Amino acid sequence: MPPVLELRNITKRFPGVLANDRIDLTLNRGEIHALLGENGAGKSTLMNILYGLYQPDEGEIFINGEQARINSPTDAIHAGVGMVHQHFMLIPVFTVTENVMLGSESIKVGGVLDRKTAAERIREISSAYGLAVNPDDYVRDLPVGGQQRVEIIKLLYREADILILDEPTAVLTPQEADELFKIMHSLTERGKSIIFITHKLREVLDIADRITVIRRGQVVGSTTPKQADQNKLASMMVGREVDLKLEKKAAKPGAVVLEVENLKIADDRNQIAVDGISFQVHAGEVLGVAGVQGNGQTELVEAVTGLRNALEGHIHLLGEDTTQASPRHITELGTAHIPEDRQRDGLVLNFPVADNLVLNTYYKQPYSQGLIMQHELIAETAKTRVENFDIRTPSVETSAGSLSGGNQQKVIVARELSRPLKLVVASQPTRGLDVGSIEYIHGRLVASRDEGAAVLLVSSELDEIMQLSDRIAVMYRGKIVDVLPAKGASKEQIGLLMAGLSGQKTLKNPAKRGKSRKDA
Amino acid sequence: MSSQSTTIPTVASYGTARRRTTMGIVFLALAGVIWYFFSRTTQAGMITTFTLNPGGSQANFPDLVFGTLPILNVLASVCALIGAFQLVRGFGKRTNAVLGLVAALFIFAFLSWVASGASLNLAGLLRATLIRAIPITLGALSGILCERAGVVNIAIEGMMLTSAMLAAIFGSLYGLWVGLFSGVIAGGLLALVHAILSIKYKTDQIVSGTVINIFSIGITSFISAKYLASSRHLNNPGIFSDIQIPGLVDIPFIGPIAFSHNIFFFGMVILLALLHFGLFFTRWGLRLRSVGEHPKAADTLGINVFRTRYMAVILGGMMAGFGGAYFTLGSVGRFDEVMTAGRGFIGLAAMIFGNWNPFGAFGAGLLFGFADMLAARLAILGVRVPSEFLLMAPYVATMIILAGVVGRGQMPAADGQPYEKEGH
Repeated sequence: MPPVLELRNITKRFPGVLANDRIDLTLNRGEIHALLGENGAGKSTLMNILYGLYQPDEGEIFINGEQARINSPTDAIHAGVGMVHQHFMLIPVFTVTENVMLGSESIKVGGVLDRKTAAERIREISSAYGLAVNPDDYVRDLPVGGQQRVEIIKLLYREADILILDEPTAVLTPQEADELFKIMHSLTERGKSIIFITHKLREVLDIADRITVIRRGQVVGSTTPKQADQNKLASMMVGREVDLKLEKKAAKPGAVVLEVENLKIADDRNQIAVDGISFQVHAGEVLGVAGVQGNGQTELVEAVTGLRNALEGHIHLLGEDTTQASPRHITELGTAHIPEDRQRDGLVLNFPVADNLVLNTYYKQPYSQGLIMQHELIAETAKTRVENFDIRTPSVETSAGSLSGGNQQKVIVARELSRPLKLVVASQPTRGLDVGSIEYIHGRLVASRDEGAAVLLVSSELDEIMQLSDRIAVMYRGKIVDVLPAKGASKEQIGLLMAGLSGQKTLKNPAKRGKSRKDA
Repeated sequence: MSSQSTTIPTVASYGTARRRTTMGIVFLALAGVIWYFFSRTTQAGMITTFTLNPGGSQANFPDLVFGTLPILNVLASVCALIGAFQLVRGFGKRTNAVLGLVAALFIFAFLSWVASGASLNLAGLLRATLIRAIPITLGALSGILCERAGVVNIAIEGMMLTSAMLAAIFGSLYGLWVGLFSGVIAGGLLALVHAILSIKYKTDQIVSGTVINIFSIGITSFISAKYLASSRHLNNPGIFSDIQIPGLVDIPFIGPIAFSHNIFFFGMVILLALLHFGLFFTRWGLRLRSVGEHPKAADTLGINVFRTRYMAVILGGMMAGFGGAYFTLGSVGRFDEVMTAGRGFIGLAAMIFGNWNPFGAFGAGLLFGFADMLAARLAILGVRVPSEFLLMAPYVATMIILAGVVGRGQMPAADGQPYEKEGH
């Protein structure tokens, strides 16, 4: 029997980049085939080719042994290929039924929608595969896990046999991810075949039947979970030996640097995003804020750094009330901010690297003498920092926007951490970066801690939180569900908290919890 | 999974609470206005008379006569009670409906005050309101078609103006129906220009729309001054006569108001119902809205984003063309320079006020039409309020709505964003 899908010699060039370089890939019936690679390795490009969104420059696609021409998503759907995109392709103001049926609607005479029949089919699919959804719900009201189930139902509704899941776990809690894995197994048991794209090593080893690793647009190897381990996969991805364990000394917490009291913040839509939270961060410790994205972390960080006004409550920085303070004042007190969206909030993309490196100090001596900026000095400083922080850039005059994501982030880190600091606020500091840059940035954050700064780390990557933090605060729906010491905390426990379930397990350490919460 | 959803705490909505208070204060303020400006200035014993037969109608329906002061006091008290309830408990989801009710009460109070000691033809007012709402509503429907598909169209004014002129010329030469047809086609052609500029060449849609507006004003003014002024026979199409709907027109009070109009009014009602049904109950509408909300999602499901947008913008232009023909063939009977006088823009305001829903836009069109008509009438009645204030009122209301005080509207998510296909 021929494989369900075979890609032969797929090549795709973008201006200046070879995104896919002669890639071969086969997918067998009932198989979960993991496609592993760093961001920018070419996984998504390959899948977009298979789904008809891009056209390959060379290469052929065979489905069930027959050559297929896939020029558009419509062709892909006809060929039985379906894709769950990394960013969901759902319309929030439509119901589940409307989202699922869109493009292949059930209709009555004259093009009138037959919502009832469609909803009925959705219920059938939902119960057959264990995908719990209510067809009449609006998608905007569903949690992320529910939206993902709608995406999968969309594929099954179109009777897709080959399912492509592009980074499906990026937005899920560990428990939701486990739920997804169950669904994936129930799909393969019924004869569906799955291509699972990810850069998370643990998941690959848990769920895949086969693994193909892609690096810089090329297949660097295929293996199975039995033959591989995390270190081996990581070195295949990166192309060199990687140390996944971060060495760090025990923390020596000092005085309170940041104190947040009963803070309430509204988001852009005027909904309460942070709902009365209190915590402290001490000098020389890393407080990790864990939580699925969108549970108030963004607003919290913006309030602490002066970018958003609080509705209620207070923020004290080094004993001073900075609730109403300007971002500049907060910066001048010794705060570094590594923002969540590096391109929007971290850099001026059109400015050269050198100017970006002094965005927080340009107006002060020695970079400015009165009104005049000292360009030579700024360029000199930039050169030193580029060297110290290992920023790969053709020159300090190159615009920041033309650097790779990892190097952009290093520019921000270099700017923010090259001052005497009291507080470091780092939000998703390694999102989308390659393993090498992650290693480096983690090292820098721990170094800041060891120099006596308080570090507030916000991340939705649980591994990152576990590795770096001394204490972990878990946020869920705008509240801190729990604060617990990182030592002895388990992933499962934090995962449950991230899902809003305050399991009894977390009550084991009342003494330490009491300490961190006494002023709440 | 289901076990999780039960533990999700509800997130308090800060915006909702603030909005409840704001609306309560608005209701109380309107009650205050009724009492302070109307009741206080009305002498006891004054009588208000509302005539309930529009002029020219054969029907004979008795007049509505009541004492002004008692009614005003009752209206003020009702508004105050509603406001108090809103502040304390809130009407929740029905708040907008209650807002409409309070607005209606306020308008009734205002008319009672204006007509105290005199007689006001209420039926005539309502009929004129419906007529004035025609071009505004058609403009709004045109905007809804375009924006629901994700293309901002501020060129409706220009489309209407060009259509009005061509309808007059072709109507004079070949008859009313040819005039109407050419008006609709003119709107469609200008829309095609807008579509090509904004969909294919991804020009800024505001710039493209502005260009079409300026072009339309220029070309119509030029042709009007150069040719129409000297050749009277090119600008004398006449107007469509009224159609009486048999049976319905005999309903007392309502019949003469709503069932004796020319084809533009009935056309608008049919288009209104068709658009509502089409948008929300057919495959056509689902796809059109998907393209305006999330074009990429639509694209991944095999929907042709570009074709859908072209179709929507051109149909919208034809709708505006129909509205434009109303000015010459349904109302005045000849073309005058810049005769649309901003109705296309007001239509856009009605679209926003009506939250991109056809019936909502019609409601807003009625409100704007009412203010438009009242300003004209009151000047004749010699009322103490400058008519300019009345003309301003609906737009002040629109600004307040745009500022989000009354609750932010649900604009299509991809409105005004050109769609770029990747990887080609």
